[in-house]
Amino acid sequence: MNGALQVAIGAAVGAPLRYLVDRAIPRPSGFPWGTVVVNVVGSLVLGVVVGWGDWLPLLGTGFCGALTTYSTFSYETLVLAESGDRRRAFATIAVSLIAGLAAFWCGLAGAHAVAG
Amino acid sequence: MVVSAGGVIGALARYGAGTAWPSPWSTLVINVVGCLAMGCLMVVVVELRTPHPLVRPFLGIGVLGGFTTFSSYCADFQRMLGENVLLAFTYLLGTLALALMAVTAGARVTRRLAGAR
Repeated sequence: MNGALQVAIGAAVGAPLRYLVDRAIPRPSGFPWGTVVVNVVGSLVLGVVVGWGDWLPLLGTGFCGALTTYSTFSYETLVLAESGDRRRAFATIAVSLIAGLAAFWCGLAGAHAVAG
Repeated sequence: MVVSAGGVIGALARYGAGTAWPSPWSTLVINVVGCLAMGCLMVVVVELRTPHPLVRPFLGIGVLGGFTTFSSYCADFQRMLGENVLLAFTYLLGTLALALMAVTAGARVTRRLAGAR
């Protein structure tokens, strides 16, 4: 299948899934849990896809790329910082980066372990 | 539907840019540009006017959300870590710093332009 078509199909599923997850997860304290969750889960899945080494345009560039977001992550951090909640703004950055990188690494290591 | 269509447009733009310039630095540029646009867009949508109800889902959640990516950012860092640790951390923290500056600049410039009208 054509690369661009694979990306389009993956993104057509990934982007609305991010929207639904973000709406489904409450944020009583103002901490953007929805965005953190999609970014961490998307990084985990991308780790598996990269480790597996197949369907990268469809599942990696398309699905995981559209499921995860940098623009909403940075905007929500800005909103927290502008509201004076620097502690939560910093926590959003720290949790996203540490959990995202750890998730990607786990996905990659898991896929390599299964593939042998 | 609207989010999905916007996401496809954003992701295809990212795929095109990545194909033309296959490098982690293209991901950095994509994320920073997307954050700049998000800063502008959200000020317009949230603070300045009440736009059509589909503008934010289409442009913000769809196009810009699909254009920027967190998962490739993690993947790029992991891959660079095995080659050049200093460069990998420059990429990790450089993207973060530039993205936060871009979203802040987008929001502030848009507010200033709106105030000057």
